[in-house]
Amino acid sequence: MSARTINFTLNGQAVSTAIEPHRNLVELLQRFDLLGARESCGQGLCGCCTVLVDGVAVSGCLYFAVWVDGKSVSTVEHLDADGALSNVQQAFIDCGAFQCGFCTPGFVLMTHQLLKDCPDPSDEDIRDYLAGNLCRCAAYPEIIEAVKRAAKAAT
Amino acid sequence: MNQVGRNIPRLEVHAKVTGRADYTHHLRLPGMLYGKVFRSTVPHGLIRSIDTQAAQALPGVHRVITGADIQKLIPEPYYGPAFHDQPILALKKVRHVGEPVAVVLASDPHVAEQAVQLISAEYEELPAVYDEVEAMQPDILVHDVLRPAGTFADLKHLKGRGGTNVALDYHLRRGDVDAAMARADHVIEHTFKTQQCLHLAFEPFVSVAEPGDQRLTIYTANQSPSFVRIEIARLFGWPENRVRVKVPYLGGGFGGKLYIKLEALVAALSMIVRRPVKIALTMEEQFYMITKHATTFRIKSGVGKDGRLVARKCEVYWNGGAYADIGPRVAQKSGFTAAGPYDIDNVSVDSYEIYTNRTPAGALRGFGVPQLVWAYESHTDLIARQLGIDPVDFRRKNLLRNGRPHASGTVLQDAAITEVFDSVVARMGWDKPFDRGSETLRRGRGIAIGLKAVISPTTSVAIVNISADGSTTAYTGTVDMGQGSDTAYALIVGEVLGIAAEEVRVIHSDTDVTPYDMGTLGSRSLYHMGNAMRLAAEDARTKLRALAVEAGLPEGTNYPPAEVFKKRYGMQAGNVIGTASFVPSYKPPAPQTGQSDNVTPFWMVGGAGVEVEVDTETGKVHILRLVNAVDCGKPINPGVARAQISGAAIMQLGFTLSEAMHLDGGQVTNASLADYKIPGIGDIPPMDNEVVAAEQHSGPFGAKGIGESGTFGVSPAIANAIHDATGVRIMELPITAEAVLRALRAQAGRPLDDE
Repeated sequence: MSARTINFTLNGQAVSTAIEPHRNLVELLQRFDLLGARESCGQGLCGCCTVLVDGVAVSGCLYFAVWVDGKSVSTVEHLDADGALSNVQQAFIDCGAFQCGFCTPGFVLMTHQLLKDCPDPSDEDIRDYLAGNLCRCAAYPEIIEAVKRAAKAAT
Repeated sequence: MNQVGRNIPRLEVHAKVTGRADYTHHLRLPGMLYGKVFRSTVPHGLIRSIDTQAAQALPGVHRVITGADIQKLIPEPYYGPAFHDQPILALKKVRHVGEPVAVVLASDPHVAEQAVQLISAEYEELPAVYDEVEAMQPDILVHDVLRPAGTFADLKHLKGRGGTNVALDYHLRRGDVDAAMARADHVIEHTFKTQQCLHLAFEPFVSVAEPGDQRLTIYTANQSPSFVRIEIARLFGWPENRVRVKVPYLGGGFGGKLYIKLEALVAALSMIVRRPVKIALTMEEQFYMITKHATTFRIKSGVGKDGRLVARKCEVYWNGGAYADIGPRVAQKSGFTAAGPYDIDNVSVDSYEIYTNRTPAGALRGFGVPQLVWAYESHTDLIARQLGIDPVDFRRKNLLRNGRPHASGTVLQDAAITEVFDSVVARMGWDKPFDRGSETLRRGRGIAIGLKAVISPTTSVAIVNISADGSTTAYTGTVDMGQGSDTAYALIVGEVLGIAAEEVRVIHSDTDVTPYDMGTLGSRSLYHMGNAMRLAAEDARTKLRALAVEAGLPEGTNYPPAEVFKKRYGMQAGNVIGTASFVPSYKPPAPQTGQSDNVTPFWMVGGAGVEVEVDTETGKVHILRLVNAVDCGKPINPGVARAQISGAAIMQLGFTLSEAMHLDGGQVTNASLADYKIPGIGDIPPMDNEVVAAEQHSGPFGAKGIGESGTFGVSPAIANAIHDATGVRIMELPITAEAVLRALRAQAGRPLDDE
């Protein structure tokens, strides 16, 4: 299939690339050596491939690369662009909210989305927002703690 | 400052929260080809033909490889840790749906994927057998002859045995079970079953092989790099030093990524095409790689009037699937604990590893023990109920205590069975009044406790290197898959050398530089590698002192290492390299009776208590509370230890309530995260986890393994609680709402129709 040229903003930088229409957002990011979004289940169920497109979390494995044309894409690698970890990242460390770390970028980005929408989330908000992120190591109790800690740190 | 016992974040946390941690999943090499696997669609059959022409003709396809091509490179292309029974690609015969038959190589994985669809194969289908008990009959044979690998001495008697699907039969005899049963006041028997389920790590299986000049490098998501190196060298007829195996961080393992998985395949492919080859499985393909044994466990106990267990007879059938993998070790090494953590004078165990036409089964977080605990703790609860004794009192009367012989003949030491049990009972508030719910929402509670022996004998070797500026590097073959092993070793080395753990750099799993380790499995690493690391650090400390003496520094003074090096070599130069091997003593069990007075270097204990609410109109089980306790000796890094307990318990919650591979004609019909439901954040009950105060005297600073213990008690505790709530007993995992509803309706005399 022939490639199409797309222009978009990637972690604050304007970029342009040619990509075939069957490739997904995870593959697109790999071309830019951004490896934090990982395709795992391939069905948009595990959240390992979470990426923010125009500020909204999407599953990179189900999101065609060409759809980001004209949009703004933000990945986990952008969170510490200023050299400091985000509140959420720091809270995940402080609470030990991961083990193998494979799903962690997805949880971190989804938590950013959650705290943007609900700065003081209830347990139900947390479970609701993070229902689409799975952790096979089952660090869920620590993740819940980390979300609350990050919310507290932000206020 | 003491290092051991500090509660510190894992060393690699920054890399993990920023998405920059290194996984094989990400690896790309120049000139690399992607392999996609063409798999068998039949469960058992002779391969008549494989047509690869159309695939080969697809633009972008580099090459299509079949078993015949592999055999030109490796005449005997069979691998496996216990049996050399698994062909790299199927030869003549396929033995399970999903078995790899051919591979397409292309620079673009999408092209390879498309080409796989163009391959066709014809099979002469053979009758298949899926059930472990049915497969005990030799009507359908999965393998014509058995091919033990010779790695394990106690499997050698099976060599060439034909006419059976039994890959291993293990027997334990203690006392006289039949006589004791005959004298017992009560004899109670049950059969319990568990389902086939799987690890489902989120970094699916992935391996890359890169051929070099007289060398082969394998980058792989694997828990046993030393084994991979030895096995690949064996397949090629090479010395070990021509094979390099590198493992970065692992995106989950849980016992799945052990021994050889994709490594032999990528190694052979890369040697054939002389280019790097990567194979990365999809989530769906993981259902055809390795699973957790389905089991049938017939258990029978003789009990005295006083409520003492006098005899227990265990028959365990392990559904090993089409290839043995490590199943025979599971059947034996866990089999000997099948009678549970009880003091019983007369015990017999017969444990059978059985070939069937399913996806192979191996080790999954507990090495078979969770299946055993499911049965013996459900059974123990039923006995107590039948005798009208409180389940806590009944267990307490029969628990095995330190200083008493286990059924294997080994005297129990440093196993905090009583402490774990008491911790669960106390935190459950067992003596306090309990709200038993209303009409259709019935509440109940249950407890369970399990015992595991670490697999033995196994070896770990460690290196501790002090550089001329005094900075320290530790080399380990342990694979860090999130359990925090790197950090634990940094704490141990720091403790010995008197430096902060954060200053120790840990190099893991690169067989060119890290020494031998048997594998990251069965909760063995912290004990074995931890001991090796402690000894290696002590060796480095001793050598540093010797260097100080050589340098003319007065003995007994504590010069900073950098000064010692400078004084000895006249500049910042040199190294001190401490090394140590650790292999615990062991006595193999007698073949006929399974008796040994030294069967394991340490025991693990895990207990659970649950409160449930059952909706009797729907069968839905709501876990109100989950209490866990484990004995892991003295934890090295307490926060990480506690997270291991809850992670293990939640994983077991999935295996208890929802996870099951559904088969139709050998085909898995729910091979995706959409249809195979694992626990999510909404499924987590309130939990209360405790590491009991204990010490493993032979462990590094009193510690021992913890990765599996949190799984042991969860499943039977839930079944026991459901029984307590409703009076129905579930005998088979998983405990779905449907299973509970069927049992409730059957109890009420209004059974549901099948289907």
